[in-house]
Amino acid sequence: MRHVVAAVAGLIFALGLGISGMTDPGKVIGFLDVGGAWEPALAFVMGGAVVVYALAYRLIVRRPRPVVEVKFSLPTAKKVTTSLVVGSALFGIGWGLGGYCPGPALTSVVSGSWEVGLFVVTMLAGMGLHQVWERLSARGSAAAAPAPAAPLAEGPLKGVDA
Amino acid sequence: MDASTIIAASVGGVLIGLSAAIFLLFNGRIAGISGVVGGLLAPKAGDWGWRAAFLGGLLAGGALLMMLYPEAFPAEVPRSLPVIGAAGLLVGFGTRLGSGCTSGHGVCGLSRFSVRSAVAVGTFMTTGAITVFVMRLVTGG
Repeated sequence: MRHVVAAVAGLIFALGLGISGMTDPGKVIGFLDVGGAWEPALAFVMGGAVVVYALAYRLIVRRPRPVVEVKFSLPTAKKVTTSLVVGSALFGIGWGLGGYCPGPALTSVVSGSWEVGLFVVTMLAGMGLHQVWERLSARGSAAAAPAPAAPLAEGPLKGVDA
Repeated sequence: MDASTIIAASVGGVLIGLSAAIFLLFNGRIAGISGVVGGLLAPKAGDWGWRAAFLGGLLAGGALLMMLYPEAFPAEVPRSLPVIGAAGLLVGFGTRLGSGCTSGHGVCGLSRFSVRSAVAVGTFMTTGAITVFVMRLVTGG
């Protein structure tokens, strides 16, 4: 059941991205071109999504548990960290360079364009690189401070927002 | 910016919000693409299937769009291949380091009034705008 829901959610998500214009890097770059010929239309994508999700979120989390899973898995991190800011800054640079963020890129893979194919391959490589880097830095800090509490608390929770 | 663009953007946005709401209601999870897909690269026991299913749905949605609304995918992308390759690396690494992208931080995080997500969105919007500005200066477009 959880797999069926995930697949349906993924499908609706992709349709939303395609209909909204997010799968068109030219439009995305136009939206980010605040200093030039700014095309603000894509603000309505986030606007529409946030209105629906903000209302739904408040109703849904009143439930004792989700319909399928035994509990909600929601982000618990509260602190604004250097990783959060540096990572988001790098993501923004990549977004402005390519015009793709992860969802629209993956949705566009089936269109068969070389550009999207290359973007998705290097994006997955970037994600893999982060994993290697995180593992190395966890090992480094574990060697520096023998108490394993810090990497254990940080590691699994870090990815939870997304 | 004409009315049809705004309507399409809003309808698409509502669908994205609806998808994220369904995912939260049934599976109790945040629909953040970089997190869902990134987790596939380091699979933990019992944590793989739903991620693969979500990705499968995303790809199936792309195929459906290709059949019914191919205009969603432009024939031309305004960037060269080397730039796109570098962009992918930055997006992949950055979204994992920053714990989220446009969906996890943007849609879901802002809706939950998360301070972390607000900081993330402000940061990637700013560096994205600066990058586009600099690219226009460099390429002269």
